[in-house]
Formats: sequence, C-alpha cells, structure tokens
Amino acid sequence: MIVPAVPAGRRRLGDRVMTAFTFVAVLIALVPLFSVLIYVILQGASALNWDFFTQLPKPVGETGGGMANAIVGTLTLIGLASCIGLPIGILGGVYLAELGDGPLGAWIRFTADVLNGVPSIVVGVFVYALIVVPMHRFSAFAGGAALGIMMIPLVMRTTEELVRLVPNSLREASLALGIPWWVTTLRIVLRTATVGVITGVVLAIARIGGETAPLLFTAFNNQYWQTRLDQPIASLTVQLYNYAIAPYDDWHRQAWAAALVLMSITLILNIAARLVGRQRFAKARR
Amino acid sequence: MMEAPAAGSLWSRFFESVDRVVPLGDAEVDRIQAIDVHAYFGRTHAVRGVSIGFATNRITAIIGPSGCGKSTFLRTLNRMHELVPGARVEGRLLLDGEDIYASDADPVVIRRRIGMVFQRPNPFPTMSIYDNVAAGLRLNGVRDRRVLDEVVEQSLRHAALWDEVKDVLGRPGAGLSGGQQQRLCIARALAVKPEVLLMDEPASALDPASTLKIEELAKTLRGNLTIVLVTHNMQQAARVSDTTAFMLNGELVESGPTSELFTRPKDRRTEDYITGRFG
Repeated sequence: MIVPAVPAGRRRLGDRVMTAFTFVAVLIALVPLFSVLIYVILQGASALNWDFFTQLPKPVGETGGGMANAIVGTLTLIGLASCIGLPIGILGGVYLAELGDGPLGAWIRFTADVLNGVPSIVVGVFVYALIVVPMHRFSAFAGGAALGIMMIPLVMRTTEELVRLVPNSLREASLALGIPWWVTTLRIVLRTATVGVITGVVLAIARIGGETAPLLFTAFNNQYWQTRLDQPIASLTVQLYNYAIAPYDDWHRQAWAAALVLMSITLILNIAARLVGRQRFAKARR
Repeated sequence: MMEAPAAGSLWSRFFESVDRVVPLGDAEVDRIQAIDVHAYFGRTHAVRGVSIGFATNRITAIIGPSGCGKSTFLRTLNRMHELVPGARVEGRLLLDGEDIYASDADPVVIRRRIGMVFQRPNPFPTMSIYDNVAAGLRLNGVRDRRVLDEVVEQSLRHAALWDEVKDVLGRPGAGLSGGQQQRLCIARALAVKPEVLLMDEPASALDPASTLKIEELAKTLRGNLTIVLVTHNMQQAARVSDTTAFMLNGELVESGPTSELFTRPKDRRTEDYITGRFG
C-alpha cells in the first residue's frame, strides 16, 4: 500500500469537521442575503399601497402619490433594451458556438467578456456621447440603448454556452435529412437550447432592470407620464436613487417601496424562468 | 489458443435461416459507385482508395474491426464526412452516374436522396413522435397537413413502429425505448423518401430483441431502397446483407456476395477476421 493508512476514527473526525466548515460557510453567506430581503420587505411593505402603482409623484411638500410612471418607464426601457440586446445577443451567441472557433470568434468572445466587465456607468457615458449629445436631449431611446448594450454580452455568452451543450448528434441527424445548415441551426439546435436561452434572457433582463448608473445621463428621469420615446423617461431605479438621497421622510418611504417592487420583479422573473424550463413538452402536437 | 472452426461450417448455418420475405426489385445497376475514394481527418489518412459499387435495392454490409475506416467511408457517401473540421475527401462517388462531389453538386439535395441512421438513436428531444417524423418535410417547407399526416403514418408503418405509437403521436420522441427510438429515427429518415439509406451500426446500442427488429426492418425495406449497413457484428452482416465488403486499415480488402465472402473468402486477412483470429 502506497498511501499510509489513517486510523478510521481520525478520518471520520476529519470528515465531520470539514462538513461542519462548509455548512457554516453557507450560513454566513446566507445571512446578508436574508437580512437584505427581510429589511426591504419590512420597510417597503409599510410604504406600499395601491397609490404607489397608480399615482404620479406628488410635488415636494405634499405627501402620498406613487411611481406609476416609473414602473411603466422601467418596463419600457427593458422592452427597448430587449429589442437591441436579444437579437444581437442570441444570434451572436449562436455564431460563437457554431462558427466561432477561429480567431474572429476568439476576438468577439474576448470583447464580450470585456464589455461584460465594463462598469455600467461607462456604458452610460458612451451612450451619452453617442446618442444624447447629438439629439440634444435625454431620451427613453438612449436609456434603452445603454441597457441593450449591457444585455448583449450577457445574452451572447449564455446562448453560446447553451448552444454548445446541444449534442452534435442532433445537428448530424438534421443535416442528414437534407435540412439546410441555417434551418438546422435555428430550428433544431437553437430550439433544443431554447429553454436554457430563455432562462438566460430572463436573468439578463432581471440584471439590467436593476441598473441605475447607465440611466442617469441617458434616460434621465421624469416626474410625469411620458409616451414619447425621444423624451426623458422615469425608471424605478433612478427614482429610487433620487428619493433615497432627498431630505423628505415621505420620499424615503416611497424609495423603500420602490426597492421592494424592484426586488419582487426580479423574483418574479426568476420564477418565470423556472416555469419556462418545465414547459418543455407542453406544446407537443397531436 | 483454441482452434477456430472452419469458416464454411460456421457460416453456412446462418443462411438457411435467412428467408427472403420481399421479392427483390431491380438490381442490375449499382446505385452508388465509389471510385478510388480517400478520406482524411487533417493528416490522418482514414480511408485509402476504396472502390466499390452498391447494388440498387440490395443490402451491402461493410464489416471490419474498430478504426478500420468503415464509418468514415460511409459518411463520405452522403457528404457528412466533410462536416468535421479539417476533414476532406478525394476520389469520385457516383450516385446514379453523377458525381456527388462535383462542384455544382448540392450536399443538401444529396442528403435528401441518401438518408442516414446513426449508431445511437438521436430523435429531436424537443419534438413529439409525430414532429420527429415530419421534421425532414416540415423544415424543408412542406406545410400541407394532409401530406404530413400521410407521410408520417406511412413512414412509421414502414419502420414497423406505427402500431406501437399510433395513439401517442403527441408524446415526446425521446420518451420511447432505445429500440423504438432507433425505429423512429429510421421512420424520420424514410419520411423524406431517400433512394439510399446509410446505417452506421444501427443496432450496436440496442438489446438483442431490438436488434432483431432492426434487422427484419432492413430486410423489408430492401424491396425499394438501397441500404449500406456498417456493422462490426459479423453475424448481423451474414443475417441481413446480400453483399459484404471487408475493410481493414482504411482499405477495402474484398467484397462479394455475402454467402461467398463468409464461406469462401478469397483473402487470407478476411478469413482471419471472420474466423475470429483478430478484431
């Protein structure tokens, strides 16, 4: 025997100690998470009421009012961002997985990783220079573009990973049926990866939905309803920021409510992502 | 080492049990003609100058030890080999007299004419049984529901799977047993009405009962389909095929009527292989 025998008792003790360590580590990791959750729920729930979802912000000095415009604004911004981020991200991810083994693919992958690590405020400044300055005003458009740019690398790398997981035998099966390559890629390979890709997309949306910095000088903010996309638009995150640093107690209450709503949206998106995963075969025909 | 039994007595028994159920169609012309075909993976020379004809509406088995290039050669027949990065093919492969590697030949069209069944059953996991069979038509633009219904039923009947699945066509194809999945894959390949069916060790991942079903199926299909069957199972080749080709180290050692090749092999290496001295 090459490995010296350790007495069984000592070995078992070692096992238990290590198990205990990992368990404690998990507990420590969960403490801040649950503290945040519970604190936001406690603070936010008391401030949350129907008005928050239906009313516009009240002028300074008046109490009450809500953030209806900011909720709609956040959804609008997410929609605009998805229009940019999803097609580019998904098709780019498919390219990287299927054709990206050359030097070009390596460069795209590297660029995407760098873009993923760029501080979000830098993306905001970039869009400010690119869209806001030429247009001479803040706009929902610019905000959506900033969030969309942030979405691209997230969606692209998730899609790439999931498309790579699709077994090659399915590509071969499809190609051997005389199905053209691009149809195979979209209808068989991407279809097989869809559940995972949707999960990735939902998580990306949850991530950009919570961004504040890139919106500060792109979408700016707005105290009123805004239906035009070339005008400044409110968002929950920027509104939360403004209200939290303001000196009014009522605004602080509303900021907590906004935090709770944001957190709930993220939670709902995550649950939705899981439900999508379960519905894999629900649509099978006949 | 035990003395191997004489080749003659060992194999002749197999042929008595093979009954020819279906009258054979026209076999005067070779449907596929391979002329000095070489296949490479990068610098690896996997197939070295194979010349052979595959008779119309007959089953040709290609046997040989693992790594002899038989699967690679099979994959050159419907231009699947070239999908591997760094892979290339030299030589001429004629399908009904036309070179499938000609510069104006379309691999997509060729693959519709030359179908393929793989070693492991690979139904599309997101699709139902029905959709799996219909995939080849649907993804090539056939939308007519009646046409699809008819082709799906016909293909599943031809693949001897209809009776087992006719009431559960909406269930996922991946939920079937291994043997059923493989017959589903055969039905899927038949649905695009190919002239040739390539089978790459189609039963090697299956249990004996399922293997038997696949073999029976191959024999039935031979009526109007040219089949090339790669197998490392010599008994299977003997049970199923009309012609057998033996490959070794990327070369074609010999080919001939199955009964002759197994009873009176011309080449010493063939005899050594079929009597179990190697491989």
